[in-house]
Amino acid sequence: MKISKEIVREMADISRIKLTSQQENKLQEELQELVGFLEVLNELDTENTQPLTHLFQISSVMREDRIFPSYDRTALLKDTPEHTDETIVVPKTVE
Amino acid sequence: MTWETVMGLEVHVELSTKSKIFCSCTTQFGGEPNTHCCPGCWGMPGTLPVLNEKVLEYALKAGLALNCEITRYNQFDRKNYFYPDLTKAYQISQIYLPFARNGYVDIVTRSGEEKRIRIHEIHMEEDAGKLIHSAYGDYTYPDFNRCGIALIEIVSKPDFRSSQEVIAYLEQIKSTLEYLGISDVKMEEGSLRADVNLSVRPLGSDKLGIRTEMKNINSFKSIERAIDYETSRHIETLETGGLLVQETRRWDDNKGKTFSMRSKENSRDYRFFPDPDIPPISISEEFLLQLKAQQPELAHEKKVRYMSQYGLSEYEARLLTESKFLAKLFEETVELSKNPKETAVWMLGDMMYLMKEQSLEASKLCISHEQFAAFITAVASGKINRTVAKPIFEKVFASHDFDVNKYIKANNLLQINDEDIIKQVAKEVINENPGTVDEYKSGKNKVFSFFVGQTMKKLHGKANPSTVNAIVSEELEKI
Ligand SMILES: [Zn+2]
Repeated sequence: MKISKEIVREMADISRIKLTSQQENKLQEELQELVGFLEVLNELDTENTQPLTHLFQISSVMREDRIFPSYDRTALLKDTPEHTDETIVVPKTVE
Repeated sequence: MTWETVMGLEVHVELSTKSKIFCSCTTQFGGEPNTHCCPGCWGMPGTLPVLNEKVLEYALKAGLALNCEITRYNQFDRKNYFYPDLTKAYQISQIYLPFARNGYVDIVTRSGEEKRIRIHEIHMEEDAGKLIHSAYGDYTYPDFNRCGIALIEIVSKPDFRSSQEVIAYLEQIKSTLEYLGISDVKMEEGSLRADVNLSVRPLGSDKLGIRTEMKNINSFKSIERAIDYETSRHIETLETGGLLVQETRRWDDNKGKTFSMRSKENSRDYRFFPDPDIPPISISEEFLLQLKAQQPELAHEKKVRYMSQYGLSEYEARLLTESKFLAKLFEETVELSKNPKETAVWMLGDMMYLMKEQSLEASKLCISHEQFAAFITAVASGKINRTVAKPIFEKVFASHDFDVNKYIKANNLLQINDEDIIKQVAKEVINENPGTVDEYKSGKNKVFSFFVGQTMKKLHGKANPSTVNAIVSEELEKI
């Protein structure tokens, strides 16, 4: 699979990050390498292999429906880049 | 050209578990912003989601009641996107293996048309937070209290052809989930939300047109209006040679219009993949049988029973069973009063009128079934007549501890059946009104009701009306 500039830009766009053209070039190279590495898998015959989604053979791990006290709001907000006393602050999402 | 509207529905329902789907924060509605949150529902590194067993139980109950095939091996997947209604940049949902598939709902529309609506699938997922936008600055303030509340999304096949069918389907889903006791199903609080996919095509065509998805519709009334608006917009665009775009549109209830959301919603690549944090869930036959056995009698089943057992009409039975609270009141009252017909008459007449007038939901009724039954017995046995009964019913309706029999006794409201008393009063009225008697005698039959009315008035409205009629007529003939 060829990683084009368009793919790099699209991925940046969905991830809501801005890239300089230098960063674009660098990421294009790195991603190409990564995809090349994964392409080794295509050489294997996986016809009769089930997709592996979990490494451990455990299932149905659940908890009781019980309420525990929530976290202190101040503590949750403390490490965010920008916040008020009640919420984090993000750029406006509507026009 | 005649056009046909084709619609499919995506219904999101918040499950009424006490805690969230993957963490132990409360699901209580409201609350100060971000006070029902923890590192888990904020998706902090190092936390692990653990499924709430009640969510699975409730979801499966819905799947079974909506006639679905249940997936035995369940997995959760990540739907990746960057939008500040959740912090971890993905929503945990079920994309590849929804827990329920191929169900159906049999609906009856208001005009009596019967139809089967197929359900494509139902999946479990977590709700996102609420965004509060600043009125002044360029800021948005996310409140994550709702983030992580358990949802099921019920996806129908594109089987709807009219807003009537959509409403009937939603009413039935609402009622079924209410009977199961797994959701508050309140549209105004957002615990039941419906997105409508709509397209139009020439009648008779079997190809689907370009569809748009409408979001943000929060009442049955609005759904009807939104569907009507969007249908006309599609037809007008097509008839004037315009171009429809497949997109998501927001319904604005005040303006009565839909607006393009202009987001890249439709082209967005969610990069779905199985969530490695949550081990798969296996569901046993035994567990399903156990849940199936717990399933209460549902509205449509009750309706059929009411019709055969109590001799009610389809319409009466439907209104009484739509809400489990009304059905419960009806059954408990009939159990004591042994009079289903009279009970139905008062519930469908005066009670529904009062509920509508006070915008009172069935779940909020404070009427006691014991007192209601005492009232029904008093009316049916002729202890009180209907004129007196009406205001008494209002009192029964308004207060849980109103004592019907005590009130009747204290206010001397017993119906007067004693013919001698009625006869005496009727004679008085006739003697006091010789002129009117002459009119009657000269063939003016209309004045008969005057004598009945006056006699009734003198008896403070408490006499048995048919006895009064008979006696007045008898006395007038004697003259
Ligand atoms: Zn939490």
